[in-house]
Amino acid sequence: MTESKIKVDHLTKVFFKKNSSVTAIRDICLDIKEGEFVCLLGPSGCGKTTLLRILAELETPSTGSYHITPGKAGKPLQSMIFQEQGVIPWMTVQNNVSFGLRMRHASKKELNERTEYYLNKVGLWEFRHLYPSEISGGMKQRVSIARAFANDPEILLMDEPFAALDEQNKFILQEELLNIWEETHKTVVFITHSIDEALLLSDRIFLMSAQPGTILREKKIDLPRPRSIELVRSNPQMGKEFVDIWQHLQETVQQHRDKAL
Amino acid sequence: MKESSNHITRSESIERQLWRRKVRRTRAFQTLTIASPILLLVVWEILSRTAMIDPRFFPPPTTIIVEFFHLAATGQLFHHVGISLYRILGGFLMGVIPAIIIGLLMGMYLPVRYTLQPLVMALMPIPTLALMPIIIIVFGINDLSKMITIAGSVFFPVLINTVAGVTNIDHIYVDIAKNYGAKSKDYFFKIALPGALPMMMEGIQMGQAIALLTIVAAEMIGANSGIGYLIWTKYKTFVLKDMYVGLVLISFFGYLFSLLLRALQRKLIPWQK
Ligand SMILES: Nc1ncnc2c1ncn2[C@@H]1O[C@H](COP(=O)(O)OP(=O)(O)OP(=O)(O)O)[C@@H](O)[C@H]1O
Ligand SMILES: [Mg+2]
Repeated sequence: MTESKIKVDHLTKVFFKKNSSVTAIRDICLDIKEGEFVCLLGPSGCGKTTLLRILAELETPSTGSYHITPGKAGKPLQSMIFQEQGVIPWMTVQNNVSFGLRMRHASKKELNERTEYYLNKVGLWEFRHLYPSEISGGMKQRVSIARAFANDPEILLMDEPFAALDEQNKFILQEELLNIWEETHKTVVFITHSIDEALLLSDRIFLMSAQPGTILREKKIDLPRPRSIELVRSNPQMGKEFVDIWQHLQETVQQHRDKAL
Repeated sequence: MKESSNHITRSESIERQLWRRKVRRTRAFQTLTIASPILLLVVWEILSRTAMIDPRFFPPPTTIIVEFFHLAATGQLFHHVGISLYRILGGFLMGVIPAIIIGLLMGMYLPVRYTLQPLVMALMPIPTLALMPIIIIVFGINDLSKMITIAGSVFFPVLINTVAGVTNIDHIYVDIAKNYGAKSKDYFFKIALPGALPMMMEGIQMGQAIALLTIVAAEMIGANSGIGYLIWTKYKTFVLKDMYVGLVLISFFGYLFSLLLRALQRKLIPWQK
């Protein structure tokens, strides 16, 4: 359990275009353990997506490096759930969910079993033959979640997966995510804007500064699992953590604004 | 409970009324679509019969219809139509298939795109019909030379639309494919091809119309059969009624092919509404 899974070492990413440049993240160091659930929390534009895209090998770092410890052979290393609705319009719900499995030529049996299992988990079994244009925004979000889990990666990279959902569906899916996570104990890097969500889900929370994004603080959340939203809400210690994080974010945003003026 | 179910029936009846109104409107529009060509034909008929337009140049539609059955009865019409359809189909496929393949490659691979783009831009404006004499010298006066002429005209619109179709695929789908481990082949068949399909079909629809335009002109220049040949000879011998039969046939096939392609489009692109 204490083995390091993702090690990020002084990672910086600068976006350069013509003669303007944006430093999205600066000097990020992280050490995430096998099976750990961590949240990245920070103001909009602070480089959270950029960091995740680097870990997903969709972007290369400018300087610094990262290392992901490979696990069992034959298992994909990581799967990303994209912030924008990344459901492929020309595939049915079912084919979207099985996409990763099909790409890595999983056996027919594994493909069918995993696809069916996760379609049921996210409540989309009856809708499996529909195209994305025929389902709601929240349902599409659930399709991308099911697709990532069905792919059975070592690491899940989740970029605000519940941001587009209403509160009720968000609760249901958060609990479902925790259930699945308890079953599989995958390493999860989860981006959110919601402090409540971070407290509910994380083992550790990384608080980021406004642009350029750096890691300012980290918080260990020692709440026993399994957790529920009621449990987190009623815990006085968590109430204090909430206020603490809230003030912290408030200050970083304020400082950033002052600097900009 | 009672009240809420009342409420639902009321909503439903309102929606049903709206739906009925929509159906009525659609019907009205459909009537317009059918009525407008008929009205045109009626006006033409009257003007021609009262000699307000010269009936030698614009014979009344009814006489064209009579002439159609007359020509059909002699069997020569079917010969001309058959040979033209054969050339159109052959030329169409000879143009569309390479256009799709090259278009997908140009869309997917930047080196291919940058190499071929200037050639496409330079060659596209040359009307294939202007090359007809050379095509005939090289391939002879036969069906093949006509098919090549059609293929040349159909090729570019399908190519351009296919390239645009691939390059317009939202980048997020490329990222997903990469992140979930798609290989080149998967990317080609699962992302590029279906993603470009809607625009590609528009290009093919355009190509279909161009194929018909081209066949008539090509058969006027170097042929002794086909609808274009029929139109041209009847024009030269001043049998304008027969010429109009040829023109009406072309317009009929254009309409038919459009309908067939639309049906194909609905089959191939079920995710589009
Ligand atoms: N491809 C790119 N080219 C240029 N600049 C980029 C690119 N991607 C991101 N940026 C810039 O990097 C910064 C960080 O962007 P990023 O998307 O990582 O933010 P974020 O923390 O995910 O924000 P949000 O919470 O709003 O999603 C932003 O200023 C953005 O403009
Ligand atoms: Mg983001």
